[in-house]
Amino acid sequence: MRGEVLFNTDRCKGCSLCVHACPVHILALDTTRVNAVGYNPAYCFDMSKCIACTNCATMCPDTVITVKRLDI
Amino acid sequence: MTVVFKKTKGLTDAPFSYCPGCTHGIIHRLVAECLEELDLLDHSVAIASVGCSVMSYEYFNCDAIQAAHGRAPAVATGVKRVHPEKIVFTYQGDGDLASIGTAEIVQAAHRGENITVIFVNNAIYGMTGGQMAPTTLPNQVTTTSPRGRDVSKTGEPIKMSELMATIPGATYIERVMTADPLSVRKAKRAIKKAFQYQKENKGFSMIEVLSSCNIGWGLSPNDALQYIKNEMASYFPLGVYKDKGV
Amino acid sequence: MSKVLMKGNEAIAQAAIAAGCNAFFGYPITPQNELIEYMSKYMPDKGAFVQAESELAAINMVYGAAAAGARAMTSSSSPGLALKQEGISYCAGAELPAVIVSVSRGGPGLGGILPAQGDYNQATRGGGNGDYKVIVLAPNGVQEATEMVRKAFYLADTYRNPVIVLADGVIGQMMEPVEINTEALPLIAKPWASDGNLSRGHRNVVNSLFLNPVELEKHNQDLRAKYDLIEEKEVDYELSHDENAEVMFVAYGTPSRIVKAAIENLKAEGINACLFRPKTLYPFPYEALKKAAQGKKFVLCAELSMGQMIQDVRLSLEGSVPAHFYGRAGGMVFEPKELVNAVKDHLGGR
Repeated sequence: MRGEVLFNTDRCKGCSLCVHACPVHILALDTTRVNAVGYNPAYCFDMSKCIACTNCATMCPDTVITVKRLDI
Repeated sequence: MTVVFKKTKGLTDAPFSYCPGCTHGIIHRLVAECLEELDLLDHSVAIASVGCSVMSYEYFNCDAIQAAHGRAPAVATGVKRVHPEKIVFTYQGDGDLASIGTAEIVQAAHRGENITVIFVNNAIYGMTGGQMAPTTLPNQVTTTSPRGRDVSKTGEPIKMSELMATIPGATYIERVMTADPLSVRKAKRAIKKAFQYQKENKGFSMIEVLSSCNIGWGLSPNDALQYIKNEMASYFPLGVYKDKGV
Repeated sequence: MSKVLMKGNEAIAQAAIAAGCNAFFGYPITPQNELIEYMSKYMPDKGAFVQAESELAAINMVYGAAAAGARAMTSSSSPGLALKQEGISYCAGAELPAVIVSVSRGGPGLGGILPAQGDYNQATRGGGNGDYKVIVLAPNGVQEATEMVRKAFYLADTYRNPVIVLADGVIGQMMEPVEINTEALPLIAKPWASDGNLSRGHRNVVNSLFLNPVELEKHNQDLRAKYDLIEEKEVDYELSHDENAEVMFVAYGTPSRIVKAAIENLKAEGINACLFRPKTLYPFPYEALKKAAQGKKFVLCAELSMGQMIQDVRLSLEGSVPAHFYGRAGGMVFEPKELVNAVKDHLGGR
C-alpha cells in the first residue's frame, strides 16, 4: 500500500468520475448504501493497491476526496 | 502518511449546487486552490455571474459580489478601479460571457482591466434547462435546437478565446479543458498564471475552460468528459491564444 | 467663498467630487456630456473615472464600486437612464448606495435633446424589476442641484439605497452663480462592503439573489420597512405660502421657476396663486400637498410632460380639491403667460 484515499462520503454525488480516473481500478460506487444526500457514494474496495496518484481527487467535482501518501 | 491532496481552504464548506458529475466543481476547486497557493484569499473579490455558477459567491472563500447577467466584467471593473491592489476575478459561463455579456467582456479586455476572467464553456445554457448557447456545437441537440443546431440559421459556434486574443488590450488568453486528470492539471497551471499576472499588474487575462454539462448533453458524467475531449476540443482547440505577459 | 458662474452639469460634477464621490462611471449622452467631461478632468488621482462602453456597463461599474465601499456615481439622460434600470434594481436589491444623476430630455424613444420631464415615472416608479424604491431629488436650478447631489450621497450612504437626482436639460445646460459646499461629507462606515479585506475576520457577500421564498419575502419586508422610514423622514418640499391664494400650482424642477413668474403676473391681474414644489419626488409629499391645497379653488399641475406627476398630485388630494393639468413636451417649454391663461380659463374666463 503506497497511499490511502479518504472519502467525505456525505458530500459525494455518486458521479463516478473518480472511479473512471483511477488507474489501478480500486474505486467503485457502493450500491449497498445511500448517503445523506441520496446517492450511492464512491468508496475504495482495495486500498492495498492505491498508488496515491491523486487522479481521483483531481477529477472529483465535489471535493469529497483526501489523499495520503505513505512516507518512504 | 503525508496528506498530498485535501480540500482547499479557498472553498467554503458549502456543498456545490451543481449536478452530479458537472465539472464546474472541478473548476471552482482549481480557482480556489490557486488563490490559496498564491496567498490571495484574504484580499480577493470574486464576481459571480448568472447561470449555473450564480451561487459561486457561496463557494469561494473570499469576498464576493453577485452580478447581473453578463455584467460581471463591468462589476469587476468597478471593484478593481477603486481597489487596484486587490485581486478581482469573474467566474462566468458561456451564456453569460459569450451571449448577453459580449459587450462587457470585450470592452473590459479592450481597456486592459487588470482582472482575471474564468470562462466556463459547456456549450449550453445549463441553469435554465439546456437551451442552445452561442457556443453550442453544430448539430448539437438542445431544448431550443431540438433538431440539432442548424448553423445556416443560428451561425457557427462563437470562439471566444480566438476573438479575445485579437483585442490589443488583452494580456493572456488560454483555452484549457477538464476532460481528464492531465488536462485538469494543465487547466490549473493556466488559471494560476492568470492570477499571477494580475498580481504582477500585467493586465487582462481570460482562461476559457471547456467543461461538461452531462445532464444538458444527455450523457453520463464520464461520457461527457469524452465529449469534451473528442467533440468540444476539436471545435474549440486548446492552447495559448495570447500571452503578452512572458 | 464667493459665487462662481458655472454650467449646471459642471457644477453638479464639482459638487459630487466635493461630497467625496471617488468613483464615477459614465457614458456620453446629450444633454449631460459636460458632467462626464468634468469628471474625466477633475476626478482626483485616487478616485476612479471610467468612460464605460454603455450605460448598462456604467451602472454595473457603479454597482461594483459601491459594493466595494466607494462613493460611486453615474450620470446620464433619458434613454440612458432606461438602460440603467437593470443595474438600479440590482443596487436596490443588494442595498448599495449609489448616486445617479439624470439630466432628462424629451422622449419617448430617441426623442430629442431638449429639456423635458417625461421621466418622472421612470425615476419614481422605476423601470427595473421587483419591489423597490429609489429616492428621487428634483432640483430647480444649478445651486440646488449642487446641494442635492451632496444630499444624495448622504442619503445613499445612510439608507444604503440608490438615489436619483432628477434634473432636466435646462439645469444641466444653463449657467448660474453657485457656491459649492466644500466641507467634507463625513464618511459612513460600510462594514458590509465586499472590498477584499478579510482582516475584518469574515467574508462579505453583496448579493440580491434569494432562492428561498421565505428569505426573499423577508428581504422585501425589510426593504419596505426601510422605505417606510424614508417616507417618514425624508419628505421635502417648498411652499410659497399665500393665505389669500385661490389657486395652487404644483411644479418641480425648472418649470417651478416659470410658475413663480406666472404667479407674479397673476397677482398683477388680481389673482392670488401659490406654488407647492416637491423637492423629493420619492418620497412624494402627499400629506403636505393635500394640506396646502385645502381651501383653494383648484390645483394646477404644470409639467414639461403630457402628465405624470399629476397622478401623484391627484393621489395626494384624494378628490378634496379639483386638479387640473398644463403641460408642454418634446423640448417645448411653457411661458408664464400660458400658465396665466390656463388659470384664468379654469377660473371661468376671469
